[in-house]
Amino acid sequence: MIAALLSLTLLGLALGLGLGYAAIRLKVEGNPLVEELEAMLPGSQCGQCGFPGCTGAAMALAEGSAPITLCPPGGRPLIEALAAKLGVEADISALADSGPQVAEVLEDLCIGCTKCYKVCPTDAIMGAAKQIHMVFREACTACGKCVDVCPTEATRMIPLPATLQTWYWSKPEVAA
Amino acid sequence: MNRISEPFLQRLAARVGLGSPLHKLRGGVHPEGRKDLSADPPIRVLPLPERLFVPMQQHIGAPARHLVSVGETVKKGQLLAASQGMVSAPVHAPTSGRISAIGDFPGPHPSGLQMPTLTLEADGNETWFEADIPADPFALSPEEVATRVGAAGIVGLGGAAFPAAVKLHLSRRSEVRTLIMNGGECEPYLTCDDRLMRERAQQIVEGIRLIAHATGASKILVGIEDNKPEAIAAMQAAAKATVVQVIAVPAMYPMGSEKQMIQVLTGQEVPAGGRAADIGVLVHNVGTAYAVQQALCLGRPLVSRIVTVSGGAIMAPCNLEAPIGALAADLVRACGGLRIDAARLVLGGPMMGTQLSNLDVPLVKGSSGVLALTSAEVEQTRPGPCIRCSSCVRACPMGLLPLEMAARIRVGDPAGAVDWGLKDCIACGSCSYVCPSHIPLVHYFNHAKGDLAARERLKMKNEATKKLADERSERMARIVREREEAARLRAAKKAAADAAKKAVAVAAAAAAKEKELA
Ligand code: SF4
Ligand code: SF4
Ligand code: SF4
Ligand code: SF4
Repeated sequence: MIAALLSLTLLGLALGLGLGYAAIRLKVEGNPLVEELEAMLPGSQCGQCGFPGCTGAAMALAEGSAPITLCPPGGRPLIEALAAKLGVEADISALADSGPQVAEVLEDLCIGCTKCYKVCPTDAIMGAAKQIHMVFREACTACGKCVDVCPTEATRMIPLPATLQTWYWSKPEVAA
Repeated sequence: MNRISEPFLQRLAARVGLGSPLHKLRGGVHPEGRKDLSADPPIRVLPLPERLFVPMQQHIGAPARHLVSVGETVKKGQLLAASQGMVSAPVHAPTSGRISAIGDFPGPHPSGLQMPTLTLEADGNETWFEADIPADPFALSPEEVATRVGAAGIVGLGGAAFPAAVKLHLSRRSEVRTLIMNGGECEPYLTCDDRLMRERAQQIVEGIRLIAHATGASKILVGIEDNKPEAIAAMQAAAKATVVQVIAVPAMYPMGSEKQMIQVLTGQEVPAGGRAADIGVLVHNVGTAYAVQQALCLGRPLVSRIVTVSGGAIMAPCNLEAPIGALAADLVRACGGLRIDAARLVLGGPMMGTQLSNLDVPLVKGSSGVLALTSAEVEQTRPGPCIRCSSCVRACPMGLLPLEMAARIRVGDPAGAVDWGLKDCIACGSCSYVCPSHIPLVHYFNHAKGDLAARERLKMKNEATKKLADERSERMARIVREREEAARLRAAKKAAADAAKKAVAVAAAAAAKEKELA
């Protein structure tokens, strides 16, 4: 009995140690830069950049084969962050900054087909079959997927409306 | 005249009869006071308007949540909306009457955005709500005093409108030793604190002692600018035989700012990015002390305040005691209306107040003034380029370099401005005031602070949406897995069933064969 216990414990220990050693020794190196870049991207996997998802975009960015302006939902702050990270100059001037946007469902047009609800990568749309759908502004990344699928053009992008909590002074006009 | 000369200080100290001389301050400006316009007439009570518009957000922090419904009749002082969250303040009925509407109404906010507002039709009776009044408020525990201050909806009446109870609770926890009462009132035109101190000094001192009781502060200093000799005399008389010391401080802008008042009275500087409590000091406005006295001794929540109605365009400038929710237009009418067209309308002081586009905006707890300024009183010159004269640097009470910060913000680099100390800017506007090129420096700083906050919010939102996206992909993967699993199970079941069938068939065949053989 004791011999059986002992031998099994020893066997388990030996195998465990072996596995642990192998895990460290034979580790497949992920590219840390890609991981970091991916962490900076919005993660909504919307595909607007032309890559299959944020991981693909991060890989292309790390290789330098994609411009840092590739991600529309990330907006200007992301471009600036990427420029700082990758040490490249961002040509933001070409990019018309439309400010933060969100999706909106026009109640008169929505037929409750649930297409937008199914496609939204961040579960920002709420609704059920045959009911008017609505968008949670807090969760919408303005990826535009819902606009693409809506059969009645009930979804559209609008500039994020300012609230008392988010409003702030606009920039003064520069002296002539 | 940026530095206060030593002999002047000593003279001053001798005049108010105290041993400790005042401490030096950096920067500051001397805008024309124009306080004489409204300082002389005594406080009048505003004739009760027919309708009051009570916003749910009158303070820094989360808006209050309304508890009443349309059609309900309320008494004066009844709770209309409860505070929600850590930093918030309740709102009470400013008069008795009927709630006629709940909805959005233009608020006293620089954006002109609408805010949730209760409309109260006054019944004209001013019937007070029954309140429980402690026999001796000083017998209450410090926590109880602070809690009652919170329940009375009291916020900082100097303008910032920070919930007073939050500050009291924080001060007790961080063992504040010194209580500074701010009677600086350094903004031009405003005289509401001046009049209040002249007319109701006794109540203010009692309120000050209650605040001290709530925090355990042992040293109590009241700082009043020396351009208000009557207020100083009245407060000194009321504070006689108490531990409250009334001290005259030199008149300059922004003396009434918390950090400057601390520095001139104690010589201590609030560390960059820190709070007054970090150096054991609590600062409150004298108007707040009056509100505390009213709440604790009379059971009256904060439902009215003293407001200066002034400016060159006002017929008869004066101070009014007005219910919260009265429209700025009601106040101007009570002062004889406008003499001439106003070039600028301001809620609060001219340096830090909110510019209004019209007078149909309700008064809130933090509104210290309603100003109608003529074109002669406001400068409207197009900004020119910076000539690097460094006037703004000399004027800045926080020792910052406004021209450098503005240059960073102009090229879209607010983070660069932070490196130059943007976070320490108190938005006093001294720099804009002195700039010979009329550069709206403080506007740049307000914009940049908002911009940075918006970026911060966006970052947080991105993190949140990322989590949502991850959760969704996980869920999708799980659904696929479950489907596959189900399909596999179905297939396995089918296979098993088939096998069983087969076995039965084989057995039957074997049995048949056996029979045949037999
Ligand atoms: S609501 Fe529309 S735009 Fe917003 S995240 Fe969802 S799919 Fe994208
Ligand atoms: S896709 Fe368009 S019609 Fe369908 S639920 Fe969404 S908004 Fe309504
Ligand atoms: S005061 Fe105006 S002009 Fe002079 S340095 Fe400052 S920003 Fe420039
Ligand atoms: S607004 Fe800011 S930068 Fe300008 S003087 Fe005041 S504290 Fe200094």
